[in-house]
Amino acid sequence: MKKYSLFSLARNAFSHHQNWQPAWRNPEPKPAYDVLIVGGGGHGLATAYYLAKEHGISNVAVLEKGWIGGGNTGRNTTIVRSNYLWDEAAQLYEKSLQLWEGLSQDINYNVMFSQRGVFNLAHTLQDVRDVQRRVHANLLNGVDSEWVPVDRLKQMIPILNVSSDARYPVLGASLQRRGGVARHDAVAWGFARAADARGVDIIQNCEVTGIRREGGQVVGVDTTRGAISARKIGVVTAGNSSVLAAMADLRFPIDSHPLQALVSEPLKPILDTVVMSNAVHGYVSQSDKGELVIGAGIDAYTGYGQRGSPHIIEGNLAAIKELFPMFSRVRMLRQWGGIVDTCPDACPIISKTPVSGLYFNCGWGTGGFKATPGSGWVFAHTIARDQPHSLNAPFSLERFVTGHLIDEHGAAGVAH
Amino acid sequence: MTQPRRLPQGGRIDRSRELAFSFNGRPLQGYAGDTLAAALLANDVRLVARSFKYHRPRGIVGAGAEEPNALLQLGGGGHTLPHQRATQVELYAGLEAVSVNGWPSLEFDLMAINSRLAGLLPAGFYYKTFMWPQRFWGRYEHQIRRAAGLGRAPMEADPDRYDKTHVHCDVLIAGGGPAGLAAALAAGRSGARVILADEQAEFGGGLLGSREQLDGRPATDWVKAAVAELRGLPEVRMLPRSTVFGYYDHNLLTIAERVTDHLPPGISAGPRQRLWRVRAGRVVIAAGAIERPLVFGNNDRPGVMQASAVSTYLNRYAVAPGRAAAVFTNNDSAYRSALDLLDAGVEVAAVVDVRLRVDGELPARVRAAGIAVHSGYALVDVQGGKRVEGARLMALDSDGRGFSSAYPVGLRCDLIAMSGGWSPAVHLHSQSGGKPRFDETLAAFVPGTSCQAEVSVGAARGCFDLSGCLQEGFEAGAAAARAQGFEARPGAPMPAAVIIAQAPMMPMWRVPSWRGVKGPKQFVDFQNDTSAADIALAAREGYRSVEHVKRYTALGFGTDQGKLGNINGMAILAETLGQDIPSTGTTTFRPPYTPVSIGTLVGRTVGDLFDPLRKTAIHEWHVEHGAEFENVGQWKRPWYYPRQGESLDQAVYRECLAARRTVGVMDASTLGKIDVRGPDAAEFLNRVYTNGWTKLGVGRCRYGLMLGEDGMVMDDGVTARLADDHYYMTTTTGGAAHVMGWLERWLQTEWPDLKVYLTSVTDQWATVAVVGPQSRGVLAALCQDIDFAAEAFPFMAFREGTVAGVAARVFRISFSGELSYEINVPADYGRHVWEAVMAAGAAFDITPYGTESMHVLRAEKGFIIVGQDTDGSVTPDDLGMSWILAKNKDYLGRRSLLRPDSVRTDRKQMVGLKTLQPGFVLPEGAQLVDDPDAAKPVPMLGHVTSSYHSPCLGRSIALALIRNGRQRHGDVVYAPLSDGRIVRAEICDPVFYDPEGARQNV
Repeated sequence: MKKYSLFSLARNAFSHHQNWQPAWRNPEPKPAYDVLIVGGGGHGLATAYYLAKEHGISNVAVLEKGWIGGGNTGRNTTIVRSNYLWDEAAQLYEKSLQLWEGLSQDINYNVMFSQRGVFNLAHTLQDVRDVQRRVHANLLNGVDSEWVPVDRLKQMIPILNVSSDARYPVLGASLQRRGGVARHDAVAWGFARAADARGVDIIQNCEVTGIRREGGQVVGVDTTRGAISARKIGVVTAGNSSVLAAMADLRFPIDSHPLQALVSEPLKPILDTVVMSNAVHGYVSQSDKGELVIGAGIDAYTGYGQRGSPHIIEGNLAAIKELFPMFSRVRMLRQWGGIVDTCPDACPIISKTPVSGLYFNCGWGTGGFKATPGSGWVFAHTIARDQPHSLNAPFSLERFVTGHLIDEHGAAGVAH
Repeated sequence: MTQPRRLPQGGRIDRSRELAFSFNGRPLQGYAGDTLAAALLANDVRLVARSFKYHRPRGIVGAGAEEPNALLQLGGGGHTLPHQRATQVELYAGLEAVSVNGWPSLEFDLMAINSRLAGLLPAGFYYKTFMWPQRFWGRYEHQIRRAAGLGRAPMEADPDRYDKTHVHCDVLIAGGGPAGLAAALAAGRSGARVILADEQAEFGGGLLGSREQLDGRPATDWVKAAVAELRGLPEVRMLPRSTVFGYYDHNLLTIAERVTDHLPPGISAGPRQRLWRVRAGRVVIAAGAIERPLVFGNNDRPGVMQASAVSTYLNRYAVAPGRAAAVFTNNDSAYRSALDLLDAGVEVAAVVDVRLRVDGELPARVRAAGIAVHSGYALVDVQGGKRVEGARLMALDSDGRGFSSAYPVGLRCDLIAMSGGWSPAVHLHSQSGGKPRFDETLAAFVPGTSCQAEVSVGAARGCFDLSGCLQEGFEAGAAAARAQGFEARPGAPMPAAVIIAQAPMMPMWRVPSWRGVKGPKQFVDFQNDTSAADIALAAREGYRSVEHVKRYTALGFGTDQGKLGNINGMAILAETLGQDIPSTGTTTFRPPYTPVSIGTLVGRTVGDLFDPLRKTAIHEWHVEHGAEFENVGQWKRPWYYPRQGESLDQAVYRECLAARRTVGVMDASTLGKIDVRGPDAAEFLNRVYTNGWTKLGVGRCRYGLMLGEDGMVMDDGVTARLADDHYYMTTTTGGAAHVMGWLERWLQTEWPDLKVYLTSVTDQWATVAVVGPQSRGVLAALCQDIDFAAEAFPFMAFREGTVAGVAARVFRISFSGELSYEINVPADYGRHVWEAVMAAGAAFDITPYGTESMHVLRAEKGFIIVGQDTDGSVTPDDLGMSWILAKNKDYLGRRSLLRPDSVRTDRKQMVGLKTLQPGFVLPEGAQLVDDPDAAKPVPMLGHVTSSYHSPCLGRSIALALIRNGRQRHGDVVYAPLSDGRIVRAEICDPVFYDPEGARQNV
């Protein structure tokens, strides 16, 4: 892998950029690999990268039915934070946040991780209790977090409507300063390039159509480009997890819903942080290009069509206009939808399965992007060692049997 | 001289109404009927913007929705509008427009240095750099952000109003050009309910900018007649200035109508815009087509325009965008522009046509007019900076991929009218779920198979002759109406256009670069500065999917969403990769077709209408008596009633003591109330509550807990048995709607055999809780037909009677531990009864109290509030409520209570907490630990769920969930607070007051 830097950019400028290498090769699939990763999104590519980097397993292929980063990785609102309520979740997301903090340098690809802070607003007295509970828990868990009373909030985000006359007045917020946003596509591409450099084959336009097993052991997959053998297979196919699980006769407690997002036309800098509100339900940040990036909750119905209903967007924008009345005259430029796999406790499944050698990483709901590096890191560990890392042990399938749920939509309520 | 480029005659402008406006502070004049772009061109304004990345000078390219460059900021203050496309802004008197991306000025832009640094700024350069040193990214990014953005958000709240309209129609026609008008005529004459929407102020579409003839007369005469006829049809709704921007499932389409945007701000009384949500039986898409640019060196110089836009400015606005024009084309349609230019008195230096053989009818006319036609040539470069000063052309070789001449020759011109062919506007078809297919003959994507009840007609389908458009539109309109059950009725036939045979076009996605990689930039996406070389670079670097290329190069990411550049870009990618265009594909067309104001999408759901605001029947009394309110769900609940100068704490102290010592009164109307009826009602309650209900006698009440399927506490409340088959259930205030949905879900999907009927009656009843030792006296004074004696009306009983003259249900239940009665009366009598209670209680100094005192009173008793003391992870046993779990029946959530994690003995359990400093009130949400000095992550025991100063105990009390808490009464735990303080507290029983429950049983 030729290193990216200002110098390489300058050097290539002299040759009119004719000599850049491909960021990743475009190989034909081999008949067999040590490990197959199904799903070329951020999580799958990160898994492949950490398998090679941390565990020395590089005879790995990532199989992607379309183009890498084309699912939720390329559709989300790019928010990164780790201020989760429960210990298990906080530790997992905090590991991820720590990986984010050096990621551009680690993979030599600028993922534009921008720690511009994440505010979670409280609008009712119960919101205040919940947010303060989370702040206290975060601090004890070693996750940076602070309570911002409303007068200070007004100084920090002058354009935020904190009027006490609002329908649901803002009463305060939590702030995680180390949270922020990243460039979503770059995460997929950067991991792909770094994994490829370590020998991982990234195979696009290769859809898995079956999971082969022999005596309770996984032995390979059927794909649109032929059968490929492997005795370890990690499936990371957000939006289609249940479909892939069914190929191995597994059933997961997952519902798949559309989730929509939108951007505005690009504006000069107006909002330099991330503002999320669960009570009025909307969240917004401004991208480096200047677009307001806006999202909300899922559509209520289940389905696999990557499109949602317009009333969700209308309600979402009403919340944004409540918080930022001056955005009313700004225009929505583009809206889109993805499919999220949601678990009953709003936490992911990163787990071994009843099929030996078959591992699943799924159920991230609406908030998987922030976990990309951490998810890959623990999943690589799980696959390489055939046992979960202590960070993801609580996120096993067994929890739905034992009842040891990690219910993040209870008190924390912030599912994104 | 004003308006130097205005033609002396012609156009659809009103020369009697001169309008003054300004551009970058410079006063200018235009005419009514102009767009801002037309008026700028009339004033010979060429430079209107700087590009996003390189800050190259840019001018107006188009005349409609596809315009990528002329994005201007209009107006100021709260009325300012960023990103307005000058080609779509109707000129009004006093309009102030400024360009946004030049500093210090548009003419002299220091950021144009980026153009010199372009070698360092290829597609995706930012992914490769700004990584060292790590901590500097924030500074780099700050500069990047400052440079980005194409407009400024207003800094004030929006002064305008927005409306929404929901309608059904039989036929929605998107686009009011010839095909759309013809469709509307056919459908409208049949009597079908028709909506015809067009983004322009005037119907007629492309005909308004052309010199086409129909039946030997100007086509605009036909437009006028058609519009007049349509306006006379009662079931036809005409929506000008209305863009059909979204196509969703089940033929739901959204239209943004710009109601008053064409008027000066502040003078109109109407809404600024209106969102139409249309459920259409059938949809006819007559959205036209967009002329593609050609990709050649420096094709972004101000003065390089779409040929069709040049014609539109000449014919519709009587503006000549230049003095000497070159026409550059790969098809016949641009020859019309050459003739338009010629007839308008503009010199046409040459027509440059990439086709080797040019022998169509239109080229023949152009040649006959004495214009040089250079066939087999291409423009390779444009001279000039802030305006076109000339062009260079070279002879192409036979396959168009190289040159047969060694050097270019110059051509003097200040305007270049280009045409790379036409792209049908397949956006709505694609949004509907259709997949556009590539038509090799047209070299364009055309609509594919319909997924919904829609059809594209005219240019939107790839039909480019006028007669064909009219015929297709007419037939589609008639067919759509017929499908909705309306028979065609006779009317004037569609007129005939003169048919001019068009020779085939020759795809020319990218003119070869005459100096190889050193050649001038060939722009594909003007707004985002994406060049052909950027696309090639992306492909070279392995970004081969069209979606990757889009994201890597920003192709099509601008506010025009690639209307001009996308098809060229995809074709160039296909060429680069050596594959065909169909297998390269397109990116997904997403709503909206053109950007839509957030305010328009929000409509009136702002402020108090953001969410329905629910007030009890007694609300105004609370307001009149100075209550502070708390939002609970959608309800406004009195929080406390401060007297003059009282703080929250002081008021709560007074209120609590009144309830404990004499009598208090609380508005409990917000509790959810569900009327449960039917022969299986008892069985139903048995299943949804954890405790048994079959033995509850008529006239008695019982407290119940509901669990989720996971066994966790979901809601609670008291339910009374009014009759054998009739119960009156109460829920928490915030959980009412959820519980109602939950119960209905079980009844309808799992237990359809149960004969039970649920009715939400929350709003039908007002509830007045009279609480305290003197409550019996208050009730007795108001009600003569109920015996309030302790044995006659025991605790957890209910009676019907007449309270203050109103038929009432009185429940003797208590959420405070005191003797108390809850009076339920029809909501209309709520205030009357409340006031009667206040009057009757005056003798006892009755004191109204709010939710805060309610919380304190119940916490003193250790009563939980679901949602505050529980969080979806708490079982009944965790709350010390195993007594409420029936052993001999099944109920929702029971199975989950048997799971290993539910039966762990060290779960978090509800306990009381007393701070060692009795005056210190722990913050709710504080976490509790055994060792505050432990290394992070510090093991946490649990948290404080409720915490108050207890007036009757004279100290602080708190409820908490603590790991294994029931076994730890007497232990001291620590609460490390976020401000650094560490508070010690002793674990105790959660019932702080009257543990025997004597006070409520008097």
